[in-house]
Amino acid sequence: MIRNPRKEALVAYLLIAPFVAIYGLIFIYPTAQLFHLSFTDAPLIGPGDFLGTDNYGRLPGDRRFNTALWNTAYFVALTVIPGAMIALAISLGVSRLSGRLQALVLALFFLPYILPVSVVYRLWDWTLNFQFGIAMHAFDLVGIDRVPIFKVTGWFMPAVAFVTIWWTAGFSILLFLAGLRAIPREIYEAASLDNASRWRTFRKVTWPLLWPVTSLVLTIQLILQLKIFDQVYLFSDGGRPNDNLVMVYYIFQRAFERDQGGRAAAAAVVLFLIVIVVSVLNFQLMRLSGSRNK
Amino acid sequence: MNLASPHRFNAIGFAITLVTVICAVLWAFPIYWGIVSSLKPDDEVVRAYIELWPDNLTFEHYVFALTQTQIGYWYMNSIATAIGVTVLTVGTSVFAGYAISQLRFPLRRPLWWLILASFMVPTQVLIINHFVLMANMGLLNSWAGIILPQLIHPVIIIVYKQFFDQVPTDFREAAIMDNASEWRILFKVYIPMNWGVTAALSIVTFIWAWNAFLWPFLAVTRTDMMTITVGITQTNDSFGVYYASELAAAVLAGFPVALAYLLFQRRVTEAITLSAGIKG
Repeated sequence: MIRNPRKEALVAYLLIAPFVAIYGLIFIYPTAQLFHLSFTDAPLIGPGDFLGTDNYGRLPGDRRFNTALWNTAYFVALTVIPGAMIALAISLGVSRLSGRLQALVLALFFLPYILPVSVVYRLWDWTLNFQFGIAMHAFDLVGIDRVPIFKVTGWFMPAVAFVTIWWTAGFSILLFLAGLRAIPREIYEAASLDNASRWRTFRKVTWPLLWPVTSLVLTIQLILQLKIFDQVYLFSDGGRPNDNLVMVYYIFQRAFERDQGGRAAAAAVVLFLIVIVVSVLNFQLMRLSGSRNK
Repeated sequence: MNLASPHRFNAIGFAITLVTVICAVLWAFPIYWGIVSSLKPDDEVVRAYIELWPDNLTFEHYVFALTQTQIGYWYMNSIATAIGVTVLTVGTSVFAGYAISQLRFPLRRPLWWLILASFMVPTQVLIINHFVLMANMGLLNSWAGIILPQLIHPVIIIVYKQFFDQVPTDFREAAIMDNASEWRILFKVYIPMNWGVTAALSIVTFIWAWNAFLWPFLAVTRTDMMTITVGITQTNDSFGVYYASELAAAVLAGFPVALAYLLFQRRVTEAITLSAGIKG
Protein backbone atom coordinates (compact mmCIF):
# COMPACT_ATOMS: atom_id res chain seq x y z
CA MET A 1 0.00 0.00 0.00
CA ILE A 2 1.24 3.49 -0.81
CA ARG A 3 1.61 5.71 2.18
CA ASN A 4 2.61 9.30 2.25
CA PRO A 5 4.25 9.60 5.71
CA ARG A 6 4.34 13.38 5.82
CA LYS A 7 0.72 13.83 4.83
CA GLU A 8 -0.33 11.06 7.18
CA ALA A 9 1.47 12.68 10.12
CA LEU A 10 -0.10 16.03 9.30
CA VAL A 11 -3.59 14.55 9.31
CA ALA A 12 -2.79 12.75 12.55
CA TYR A 13 -1.69 15.97 14.25
CA LEU A 14 -4.86 17.72 13.14
CA LEU A 15 -6.93 14.85 14.53
CA ILE A 16 -5.21 14.76 17.91
CA ALA A 17 -4.95 18.56 18.24
CA PRO A 18 -8.28 19.16 20.03
CA PHE A 19 -7.61 16.33 22.44
CA VAL A 20 -4.03 17.42 23.14
CA ALA A 21 -5.13 21.02 23.67
CA ILE A 22 -7.77 20.02 26.21
CA TYR A 23 -5.45 17.57 27.94
CA GLY A 24 -2.66 20.10 28.16
CA LEU A 25 -4.98 22.67 29.68
CA ILE A 26 -6.94 20.60 32.18
CA PHE A 27 -4.66 17.68 32.87
CA ILE A 28 -0.95 18.21 32.34
CA TYR A 29 -0.79 21.87 33.33
CA PRO A 30 -2.86 21.44 36.54
CA THR A 31 -0.84 18.35 37.50
CA ALA A 32 2.42 20.28 37.18
CA GLN A 33 0.88 23.20 39.09
CA LEU A 34 -0.25 20.85 41.85
CA PHE A 35 3.31 19.73 42.57
CA HIS A 36 4.55 23.30 42.43
CA LEU A 37 1.81 24.56 44.74
CA SER A 38 2.58 21.88 47.32
CA PHE A 39 6.00 23.44 47.99
CA THR A 40 4.60 26.92 48.73
CA ASP A 41 2.54 28.61 51.42
CA ALA A 42 0.09 29.99 48.87
CA PRO A 43 -3.59 30.50 49.70
CA LEU A 44 -6.20 28.94 47.39
CA ILE A 45 -5.88 31.76 44.88
CA GLY A 46 -2.82 33.96 44.70
CA PRO A 47 0.97 33.62 44.93
CA GLY A 48 2.93 32.21 47.86
CA ASP A 49 6.51 31.85 49.05
CA PHE A 50 8.58 28.78 48.44
CA LEU A 51 8.70 26.64 51.58
CA GLY A 52 10.55 23.53 50.51
CA THR A 53 8.99 20.41 51.96
CA ASP A 54 7.46 22.06 55.02
CA ASN A 55 3.90 21.29 53.94
CA TYR A 56 4.78 17.61 53.72
CA GLY A 57 6.62 17.70 57.04
CA ARG A 58 3.50 18.97 58.77
CA LEU A 59 1.22 16.21 57.48
CA PRO A 60 2.23 13.38 59.88
CA GLY A 61 1.64 15.63 62.89
CA ASP A 62 -1.69 16.90 61.59
CA ARG A 63 -4.44 15.20 63.56
CA ARG A 64 -7.04 15.81 60.86
CA PHE A 65 -4.80 14.39 58.18
CA ASN A 66 -4.32 11.26 60.24
CA THR A 67 -8.07 10.98 60.73
CA ALA A 68 -8.53 11.34 56.99
CA LEU A 69 -5.89 8.72 56.18
CA TRP A 70 -7.24 6.26 58.71
CA ASN A 71 -10.87 6.78 57.69
CA THR A 72 -10.01 6.31 54.03
CA ALA A 73 -8.29 3.00 54.81
CA TYR A 74 -11.24 2.01 57.02
CA PHE A 75 -13.68 2.90 54.26
CA VAL A 76 -11.70 0.86 51.71
CA ALA A 77 -11.75 -2.12 54.09
CA LEU A 78 -15.51 -1.74 54.59
CA THR A 79 -16.40 -1.49 50.90
CA VAL A 80 -13.96 -3.18 48.52
CA ILE A 81 -14.02 -6.86 49.50
CA PRO A 82 -17.51 -6.91 51.06
CA GLY A 83 -18.87 -5.07 48.04
CA ALA A 84 -17.27 -7.50 45.60
CA MET A 85 -18.60 -10.48 47.57
CA ILE A 86 -22.13 -9.11 47.57
CA ALA A 87 -21.93 -8.32 43.85
CA LEU A 88 -20.62 -11.81 43.11
CA ALA A 89 -23.42 -13.44 45.10
CA ILE A 90 -26.00 -11.33 43.30
CA SER A 91 -24.58 -12.03 39.86
CA LEU A 92 -24.53 -15.78 40.56
CA GLY A 93 -28.22 -15.50 41.38
CA VAL A 94 -29.00 -13.31 38.36
CA SER A 95 -27.06 -15.52 35.95
CA ARG A 96 -29.39 -18.45 36.74
CA LEU A 97 -32.38 -16.49 35.49
CA SER A 98 -33.23 -15.97 31.86
CA GLY A 99 -35.27 -13.81 29.51
CA ARG A 100 -37.47 -11.02 30.81
CA LEU A 101 -37.16 -12.06 34.43
CA GLN A 102 -33.39 -11.74 34.24
CA ALA A 103 -33.62 -8.33 32.57
CA LEU A 104 -36.04 -7.13 35.24
CA VAL A 105 -34.05 -8.44 38.20
CA LEU A 106 -30.81 -7.07 36.78
CA ALA A 107 -32.46 -3.67 36.26
CA LEU A 108 -33.60 -3.62 39.90
CA PHE A 109 -30.07 -4.32 41.12
CA PHE A 110 -28.48 -1.95 38.62
CA LEU A 111 -30.79 1.05 38.94
CA PRO A 112 -29.06 2.60 42.00
CA TYR A 113 -25.75 2.80 40.11
CA ILE A 114 -27.31 5.07 37.51
CA LEU A 115 -28.53 7.63 40.08
CA PRO A 116 -26.64 10.81 41.03
CA VAL A 117 -24.98 10.68 44.43
CA SER A 118 -27.21 13.43 45.78
CA VAL A 119 -30.30 11.38 44.95
CA VAL A 120 -28.75 8.37 46.69
CA TYR A 121 -28.07 10.65 49.65
CA ARG A 122 -31.67 11.87 49.80
CA LEU A 123 -33.08 8.34 49.51
CA TRP A 124 -30.96 6.90 52.32
CA ASP A 125 -31.10 9.97 54.50
CA TRP A 126 -34.85 9.44 54.39
CA THR A 127 -34.81 5.65 54.69
CA LEU A 128 -32.46 5.79 57.69
CA ASN A 129 -34.03 8.93 59.19
CA PHE A 130 -33.85 8.84 62.99
CA GLN A 131 -37.50 9.78 63.55
CA PHE A 132 -39.40 8.71 60.46
CA GLY A 133 -37.09 6.38 58.55
CA ILE A 134 -38.58 3.09 57.48
CA ALA A 135 -35.35 1.27 58.39
CA MET A 136 -35.89 2.23 62.02
CA HIS A 137 -38.81 -0.20 62.11
CA ALA A 138 -36.20 -2.89 61.48
CA PHE A 139 -34.16 -1.53 64.39
CA ASP A 140 -37.25 -1.73 66.61
CA LEU A 141 -37.94 -5.25 65.41
CA VAL A 142 -34.43 -6.47 66.23
CA GLY A 143 -34.55 -4.57 69.51
CA ILE A 144 -31.72 -2.11 68.94
CA ASP A 145 -32.28 1.42 70.19
CA ARG A 146 -32.86 3.86 67.36
CA VAL A 147 -29.81 5.95 66.57
CA PRO A 148 -29.32 9.07 64.46
CA ILE A 149 -26.98 7.02 62.28
CA PHE A 150 -25.16 9.75 60.41
CA LYS A 151 -24.61 11.85 63.52
CA VAL A 152 -22.88 9.14 65.58
CA THR A 153 -19.22 8.67 64.70
CA GLY A 154 -19.15 4.91 65.23
CA TRP A 155 -22.10 4.39 62.90
CA PHE A 156 -21.10 6.86 60.23
CA MET A 157 -18.46 5.03 58.20
CA PRO A 158 -20.16 1.61 58.20
CA ALA A 159 -23.45 3.25 57.20
CA VAL A 160 -21.87 5.26 54.38
CA ALA A 161 -19.99 2.12 53.27
CA PHE A 162 -23.30 0.23 53.20
CA VAL A 163 -24.95 2.94 51.10
CA THR A 164 -21.91 3.01 48.80
CA ILE A 165 -22.08 -0.75 48.23
CA TRP A 166 -25.76 -0.41 47.46
CA TRP A 167 -25.04 2.43 45.06
CA THR A 168 -22.08 0.92 43.17
CA ALA A 169 -22.72 -2.84 43.25
CA GLY A 170 -24.54 -2.65 39.91
CA PHE A 171 -21.26 -1.90 38.16
CA SER A 172 -19.46 -4.92 39.66
CA ILE A 173 -22.49 -7.11 38.96
CA LEU A 174 -22.27 -6.27 35.25
CA LEU A 175 -18.60 -7.23 35.17
CA PHE A 176 -19.22 -10.49 37.03
CA LEU A 177 -22.10 -11.37 34.70
CA ALA A 178 -19.88 -10.76 31.67
CA GLY A 179 -17.26 -13.01 33.27
CA LEU A 180 -19.78 -15.73 34.08
CA ARG A 181 -21.12 -15.67 30.53
CA ALA A 182 -17.60 -16.24 29.21
CA ILE A 183 -17.26 -19.55 31.06
CA PRO A 184 -18.04 -22.36 28.56
CA ARG A 185 -21.19 -24.34 29.33
CA GLU A 186 -19.45 -27.63 28.58
CA ILE A 187 -17.37 -27.29 31.72
CA TYR A 188 -20.51 -27.13 33.83
CA GLU A 189 -22.03 -30.04 31.95
CA ALA A 190 -18.90 -32.07 32.62
CA ALA A 191 -19.05 -31.11 36.28
CA SER A 192 -22.71 -32.16 36.58
CA LEU A 193 -21.92 -35.50 34.86
CA ASP A 194 -19.32 -36.01 37.56
CA ASN A 195 -22.05 -35.33 40.08
CA ALA A 196 -20.08 -32.49 41.58
CA SER A 197 -21.99 -30.59 44.24
CA ARG A 198 -22.99 -26.97 43.74
CA TRP A 199 -20.35 -25.74 46.15
CA ARG A 200 -17.63 -27.94 44.59
CA THR A 201 -18.54 -26.74 41.10
CA PHE A 202 -18.33 -23.15 42.30
CA ARG A 203 -14.99 -23.67 44.05
CA LYS A 204 -13.33 -25.78 41.35
CA VAL A 205 -14.81 -24.24 38.20
CA THR A 206 -16.52 -20.87 38.63
CA TRP A 207 -14.19 -19.23 41.15
CA PRO A 208 -10.86 -19.95 39.39
CA LEU A 209 -12.22 -19.13 35.94
CA LEU A 210 -13.82 -15.95 37.25
CA TRP A 211 -10.69 -14.81 39.10
CA PRO A 212 -9.48 -12.38 36.39
CA VAL A 213 -12.81 -10.56 36.61
CA THR A 214 -12.78 -10.67 40.41
CA SER A 215 -9.34 -9.09 40.55
CA LEU A 216 -10.47 -6.46 38.04
CA VAL A 217 -13.50 -5.62 40.18
CA LEU A 218 -11.35 -5.40 43.31
CA THR A 219 -8.84 -3.14 41.56
CA ILE A 220 -11.47 -0.78 40.19
CA GLN A 221 -13.28 -0.63 43.51
CA LEU A 222 -10.07 -0.07 45.48
CA ILE A 223 -9.01 2.87 43.34
CA LEU A 224 -12.55 4.26 43.31
CA GLN A 225 -12.97 4.10 47.08
CA LEU A 226 -9.59 5.70 47.80
CA LYS A 227 -11.03 8.80 46.12
CA ILE A 228 -14.29 8.86 48.03
CA PHE A 229 -15.72 12.27 48.88
CA ASP A 230 -19.29 12.94 47.72
CA GLN A 231 -21.20 10.59 50.01
CA VAL A 232 -19.08 11.39 53.05
CA TYR A 233 -19.51 15.11 52.51
CA LEU A 234 -23.27 14.92 51.96
CA PHE A 235 -24.02 12.60 54.87
CA SER A 236 -21.82 14.70 57.18
CA ASP A 237 -24.24 17.60 56.79
CA GLY A 238 -25.47 18.47 60.27
CA GLY A 239 -23.24 15.79 61.79
CA ARG A 240 -19.58 15.71 62.78
CA PRO A 241 -17.54 16.32 59.61
CA ASN A 242 -14.21 16.46 61.45
CA ASP A 243 -14.62 12.89 62.67
CA ASN A 244 -15.63 11.72 59.20
CA LEU A 245 -12.77 13.22 57.21
CA VAL A 246 -11.44 11.21 54.28
CA MET A 247 -8.51 12.19 52.05
CA VAL A 248 -10.40 14.19 49.42
CA TYR A 249 -12.53 15.78 52.16
CA TYR A 250 -9.36 16.88 53.95
CA ILE A 251 -8.02 18.38 50.71
CA PHE A 252 -11.36 20.14 50.17
CA GLN A 253 -11.40 21.48 53.73
CA ARG A 254 -7.82 22.81 53.62
CA ALA A 255 -8.22 24.41 50.19
CA PHE A 256 -11.78 25.67 50.13
CA GLU A 257 -12.74 26.20 53.76
CA ARG A 258 -9.40 27.31 55.22
CA ASP A 259 -7.87 28.89 52.12
CA GLN A 260 -4.58 26.97 52.48
CA GLY A 261 -3.81 26.00 48.88
CA GLY A 262 -0.23 24.91 49.60
CA ARG A 263 -1.08 22.56 52.45
CA ALA A 264 -4.05 21.15 50.56
CA ALA A 265 -1.81 20.51 47.55
CA ALA A 266 0.68 18.55 49.68
CA ALA A 267 -2.12 16.25 50.86
CA ALA A 268 -3.36 15.95 47.27
CA VAL A 269 0.10 14.89 46.12
CA VAL A 270 0.15 12.21 48.83
CA LEU A 271 -3.22 10.85 47.63
CA PHE A 272 -2.02 11.10 44.04
CA LEU A 273 1.04 8.96 44.88
CA ILE A 274 -1.01 6.43 46.87
CA VAL A 275 -3.37 5.91 43.93
CA ILE A 276 -0.49 5.62 41.44
CA VAL A 277 1.39 3.13 43.62
CA VAL A 278 -1.73 1.05 44.16
CA SER A 279 -2.51 1.09 40.42
CA VAL A 280 0.99 0.05 39.42
CA LEU A 281 1.16 -2.67 42.09
CA ASN A 282 -2.21 -3.99 40.99
CA PHE A 283 -1.18 -3.96 37.38
CA GLN A 284 2.02 -5.88 38.14
CA LEU A 285 0.17 -8.39 40.33
CA MET A 286 -2.41 -9.01 37.62
CA ARG A 287 0.32 -9.45 35.04
CA LEU A 288 2.20 -11.87 37.30
CA SER A 289 -0.85 -14.01 38.05
CA GLY A 290 -1.79 -13.81 34.38
CA SER A 291 1.54 -15.18 33.21
CA ARG A 292 1.46 -17.91 35.86
CA ASN A 293 -1.88 -19.18 34.57
CA LYS A 294 -0.49 -19.41 31.07
CA MET B 1 -25.95 -40.88 36.36
CA ASN B 2 -27.84 -40.28 39.53
CA LEU B 3 -31.53 -40.12 38.70
CA ALA B 4 -32.43 -38.30 41.89
CA SER B 5 -30.07 -35.45 41.24
CA PRO B 6 -32.12 -33.37 38.77
CA HIS B 7 -34.93 -33.25 41.28
CA ARG B 8 -32.70 -32.20 44.15
CA PHE B 9 -31.08 -29.56 41.94
CA ASN B 10 -34.46 -28.08 41.04
CA ALA B 11 -35.55 -27.66 44.64
CA ILE B 12 -32.36 -25.84 45.59
CA GLY B 13 -32.34 -23.99 42.29
CA PHE B 14 -35.86 -22.74 42.84
CA ALA B 15 -34.97 -21.56 46.33
CA ILE B 16 -31.96 -19.63 44.99
CA THR B 17 -34.09 -18.04 42.27
CA LEU B 18 -36.73 -17.04 44.79
CA VAL B 19 -34.14 -15.50 47.13
CA THR B 20 -32.59 -13.60 44.20
CA VAL B 21 -35.94 -12.14 43.17
CA ILE B 22 -36.83 -11.16 46.75
CA CYS B 23 -33.42 -9.55 47.20
CA ALA B 24 -33.86 -7.60 43.96
CA VAL B 25 -37.17 -6.20 45.19
CA LEU B 26 -35.68 -5.28 48.58
CA TRP B 27 -32.62 -3.80 46.83
CA ALA B 28 -34.72 -1.37 44.80
CA PHE B 29 -37.12 -0.70 47.67
CA PRO B 30 -35.45 2.54 48.90
CA ILE B 31 -36.03 4.01 45.42
CA TYR B 32 -39.68 3.01 45.53
CA TRP B 33 -39.96 4.32 49.08
CA GLY B 34 -38.47 7.66 48.11
CA ILE B 35 -40.90 8.04 45.22
CA VAL B 36 -43.95 6.99 47.26
CA SER B 37 -42.99 9.30 50.13
CA SER B 38 -42.76 12.21 47.73
CA LEU B 39 -46.35 11.55 46.67
CA LYS B 40 -47.82 11.72 50.19
CA PRO B 41 -49.22 14.77 51.96
CA ASP B 42 -47.00 15.94 54.84
CA ASP B 43 -49.05 14.35 57.62
CA GLU B 44 -48.82 10.95 55.93
CA VAL B 45 -45.09 11.24 55.30
CA VAL B 46 -44.32 11.20 59.02
CA ARG B 47 -46.78 8.49 60.06
CA ALA B 48 -45.40 6.11 62.65
CA TYR B 49 -46.45 2.99 60.72
CA ILE B 50 -45.45 1.78 57.29
CA GLU B 51 -47.77 2.98 54.56
CA LEU B 52 -46.76 1.44 51.25
CA TRP B 53 -49.19 3.54 49.18
CA PRO B 54 -50.48 7.04 49.97
CA ASP B 55 -54.06 7.37 51.24
CA ASN B 56 -54.27 10.70 49.48
CA LEU B 57 -51.97 10.81 46.50
CA THR B 58 -50.70 14.33 45.94
CA PHE B 59 -48.32 16.14 43.60
CA GLU B 60 -48.08 19.19 45.86
CA HIS B 61 -44.40 18.52 46.63
CA TYR B 62 -43.57 18.43 42.94
CA VAL B 63 -45.43 21.69 42.44
CA PHE B 64 -43.46 23.10 45.38
CA ALA B 65 -40.09 21.86 44.02
CA LEU B 66 -40.86 23.17 40.56
CA THR B 67 -42.14 26.57 41.64
CA GLN B 68 -40.36 27.38 44.90
CA THR B 69 -36.83 26.37 43.93
CA GLN B 70 -34.68 27.18 40.92
CA ILE B 71 -34.99 23.65 39.64
CA GLY B 72 -35.84 24.91 36.14
CA TYR B 73 -32.44 26.60 35.93
CA TRP B 74 -30.76 23.52 37.40
CA TYR B 75 -32.32 21.31 34.74
CA MET B 76 -31.18 23.68 32.03
CA ASN B 77 -27.64 23.82 33.45
CA SER B 78 -27.47 20.04 33.79
CA ILE B 79 -28.74 19.43 30.27
CA ALA B 80 -26.39 22.01 28.75
CA THR B 81 -23.28 20.90 30.64
CA ALA B 82 -23.94 17.16 30.23
CA ILE B 83 -24.45 17.59 26.48
CA GLY B 84 -21.34 19.77 26.30
CA VAL B 85 -19.22 17.19 28.13
CA THR B 86 -20.60 14.37 25.97
CA VAL B 87 -20.09 16.06 22.61
CA LEU B 88 -16.60 17.34 23.44
CA THR B 89 -15.40 14.12 25.05
CA VAL B 90 -16.75 11.76 22.40
CA GLY B 91 -15.79 14.13 19.57
CA THR B 92 -12.17 14.62 20.60
CA SER B 93 -11.84 10.94 21.54
CA VAL B 94 -13.07 9.57 18.24
CA PHE B 95 -10.53 11.70 16.35
CA ALA B 96 -7.65 10.87 18.68
CA GLY B 97 -8.63 7.20 18.81
CA TYR B 98 -8.65 7.03 15.01
CA ALA B 99 -5.27 8.74 14.68
CA ILE B 100 -3.66 6.44 17.23
CA SER B 101 -5.25 3.33 15.78
CA GLN B 102 -4.80 3.91 12.04
CA LEU B 103 -2.16 6.53 11.38
CA ARG B 104 1.60 6.46 11.83
CA PHE B 105 3.15 9.63 13.21
CA PRO B 106 6.25 10.32 15.32
CA LEU B 107 4.56 11.04 18.68
CA ARG B 108 2.14 8.15 18.49
CA ARG B 109 3.68 5.93 21.19
CA PRO B 110 4.31 8.69 23.80
CA LEU B 111 0.74 9.91 23.28
CA TRP B 112 -0.66 6.43 23.83
CA TRP B 113 1.40 6.05 27.01
CA LEU B 114 0.17 9.43 28.22
CA ILE B 115 -3.43 8.31 27.71
CA LEU B 116 -2.87 5.00 29.49
CA ALA B 117 -1.05 6.78 32.33
CA SER B 118 -3.77 9.38 32.76
CA PHE B 119 -6.16 6.49 33.28
CA MET B 120 -4.53 6.06 36.70
CA VAL B 121 -4.51 9.69 37.81
CA PRO B 122 -7.34 10.53 40.19
CA THR B 123 -8.95 13.74 38.89
CA GLN B 124 -10.12 14.50 42.44
CA VAL B 125 -6.58 15.55 43.38
CA LEU B 126 -6.67 18.21 40.69
CA ILE B 127 -9.66 20.10 42.15
CA ILE B 128 -7.46 22.79 43.70
CA ASN B 129 -5.68 23.59 40.46
CA HIS B 130 -8.80 23.26 38.35
CA PHE B 131 -10.41 25.81 40.60
CA VAL B 132 -7.46 28.20 40.35
CA LEU B 133 -7.33 27.76 36.57
CA MET B 134 -11.06 28.33 36.08
CA ALA B 135 -10.99 31.33 38.43
CA ASN B 136 -8.09 32.86 36.48
CA MET B 137 -9.93 32.26 33.23
CA GLY B 138 -13.04 33.87 34.71
CA LEU B 139 -15.05 30.69 34.14
CA LEU B 140 -16.41 30.02 37.64
CA ASN B 141 -20.21 30.08 37.65
CA SER B 142 -20.35 29.37 33.93
CA TRP B 143 -21.22 26.37 31.78
CA ALA B 144 -17.72 26.32 30.27
CA GLY B 145 -16.23 26.25 33.76
CA ILE B 146 -18.39 23.27 34.72
CA ILE B 147 -17.65 21.43 31.47
CA LEU B 148 -13.89 21.87 30.94
CA PRO B 149 -12.41 19.96 33.90
CA GLN B 150 -14.84 17.09 33.25
CA LEU B 151 -13.31 16.27 29.88
CA ILE B 152 -10.71 13.84 31.21
CA HIS B 153 -12.10 10.47 30.11
CA PRO B 154 -9.15 8.56 28.61
CA VAL B 155 -11.19 5.38 28.63
CA ILE B 156 -13.29 6.61 25.70
CA ILE B 157 -10.19 6.90 23.51
CA ILE B 158 -8.99 3.49 24.65
CA VAL B 159 -12.31 1.90 23.67
CA TYR B 160 -12.37 3.67 20.29
CA LYS B 161 -8.82 2.54 19.56
CA GLN B 162 -9.74 -1.07 20.33
CA PHE B 163 -12.73 -0.94 17.99
CA PHE B 164 -10.88 0.83 15.18
CA ASP B 165 -8.04 -1.70 15.51
CA GLN B 166 -10.53 -4.43 14.72
CA VAL B 167 -11.85 -2.96 11.50
CA PRO B 168 -10.35 -5.21 8.78
CA THR B 169 -7.57 -3.38 6.89
CA ASP B 170 -9.22 -4.37 3.59
CA PHE B 171 -11.71 -1.54 4.03
CA ARG B 172 -8.96 0.96 4.49
CA GLU B 173 -6.90 -0.28 1.60
CA ALA B 174 -9.88 -0.26 -0.74
CA ALA B 175 -10.71 3.32 0.26
CA ILE B 176 -7.12 4.43 -0.27
CA MET B 177 -7.15 2.79 -3.71
CA ASP B 178 -10.19 4.94 -4.46
CA ASN B 179 -8.17 7.97 -3.46
CA ALA B 180 -10.38 8.69 -0.48
CA SER B 181 -8.96 11.19 2.02
CA GLU B 182 -8.40 10.26 5.69
CA TRP B 183 -11.44 12.36 6.59
CA ARG B 184 -13.62 10.43 4.19
CA ILE B 185 -12.31 7.13 5.51
CA LEU B 186 -13.00 8.20 9.07
CA PHE B 187 -16.47 9.61 8.42
CA LYS B 188 -17.65 7.14 5.77
CA VAL B 189 -16.08 3.91 7.01
CA TYR B 190 -14.81 3.89 10.59
CA ILE B 191 -17.45 5.98 12.35
CA PRO B 192 -20.47 4.42 10.57
CA MET B 193 -19.09 0.93 11.25
CA ASN B 194 -18.99 1.74 14.96
CA TRP B 195 -22.24 3.65 15.52
CA GLY B 196 -23.20 1.22 18.25
CA VAL B 197 -20.10 2.01 20.28
CA THR B 198 -20.54 5.73 19.76
CA ALA B 199 -24.15 5.53 20.93
CA ALA B 200 -23.22 3.49 23.98
CA LEU B 201 -20.28 5.70 24.95
CA SER B 202 -22.33 8.86 24.45
CA ILE B 203 -25.11 7.63 26.69
CA VAL B 204 -22.79 6.73 29.56
CA THR B 205 -20.74 9.91 29.19
CA PHE B 206 -23.99 11.86 29.45
CA ILE B 207 -24.98 9.90 32.56
CA TRP B 208 -21.53 10.44 34.14
CA ALA B 209 -21.70 14.17 33.43
CA TRP B 210 -25.26 14.47 34.73
CA ASN B 211 -24.25 12.65 37.92
CA ALA B 212 -20.99 14.55 38.47
CA PHE B 213 -20.97 16.11 41.90
CA LEU B 214 -17.59 17.26 43.23
CA TRP B 215 -16.49 19.54 40.40
CA PRO B 216 -19.85 21.19 39.62
CA PHE B 217 -20.22 21.68 43.37
CA LEU B 218 -16.90 23.58 43.53
CA ALA B 219 -17.22 25.47 40.26
CA VAL B 220 -20.51 27.14 41.08
CA THR B 221 -21.50 29.41 43.94
CA ARG B 222 -24.56 31.07 42.41
CA THR B 223 -27.73 29.10 43.02
CA ASP B 224 -29.09 29.75 39.53
CA MET B 225 -25.94 28.30 37.90
CA MET B 226 -25.97 24.99 39.80
CA THR B 227 -26.50 21.67 38.08
CA ILE B 228 -29.45 19.70 39.42
CA THR B 229 -27.21 17.14 41.12
CA VAL B 230 -25.71 19.90 43.25
CA GLY B 231 -28.80 22.08 43.46
CA ILE B 232 -31.00 19.56 45.24
CA THR B 233 -28.49 19.30 48.09
CA GLN B 234 -28.37 23.05 48.63
CA THR B 235 -32.00 23.50 49.54
CA ASN B 236 -32.11 22.72 53.25
CA ASP B 237 -33.05 26.26 54.13
CA SER B 238 -35.83 26.70 51.66
CA PHE B 239 -37.37 23.31 52.46
CA GLY B 240 -37.10 23.39 56.25
CA VAL B 241 -37.90 19.84 57.36
CA TYR B 242 -40.15 18.99 54.47
CA TYR B 243 -38.78 15.58 53.62
CA ALA B 244 -41.32 14.99 50.91
CA SER B 245 -40.33 18.12 49.00
CA GLU B 246 -36.66 17.15 49.20
CA LEU B 247 -37.55 13.71 47.88
CA ALA B 248 -39.65 15.19 45.09
CA ALA B 249 -36.65 17.28 44.00
CA ALA B 250 -34.46 14.17 44.19
CA VAL B 251 -36.91 12.20 42.04
CA LEU B 252 -36.86 15.01 39.48
CA ALA B 253 -33.04 14.96 39.50
CA GLY B 254 -32.76 11.21 39.08
CA PHE B 255 -35.58 10.79 36.58
CA PRO B 256 -33.72 11.69 33.35
CA VAL B 257 -30.80 9.30 33.96
CA ALA B 258 -33.06 6.51 35.19
CA LEU B 259 -35.16 6.96 32.05
CA ALA B 260 -32.05 6.99 29.84
CA TYR B 261 -30.99 3.72 31.43
CA LEU B 262 -34.38 2.05 31.10
CA LEU B 263 -34.66 3.12 27.43
CA PHE B 264 -31.13 2.15 26.45
CA GLN B 265 -30.50 -0.63 28.95
CA ARG B 266 -28.46 -2.77 26.55
CA ARG B 267 -26.28 0.10 25.36
CA VAL B 268 -25.61 1.31 28.88
CA THR B 269 -24.53 -2.09 30.15
CA GLU B 270 -22.40 -2.59 27.03
CA ALA B 271 -20.61 0.72 27.48
CA ILE B 272 -20.01 0.12 31.15
CA THR B 273 -18.45 -3.29 30.64
CA LEU B 274 -16.38 -1.83 27.79
CA SER B 275 -15.18 1.03 29.97
CA ALA B 276 -13.87 -1.53 32.46
CA GLY B 277 -11.87 -3.26 29.74
CA ILE B 278 -14.18 -6.23 29.18
CA LYS B 279 -15.66 -6.84 25.78
CA GLY B 280 -19.31 -7.80 26.37
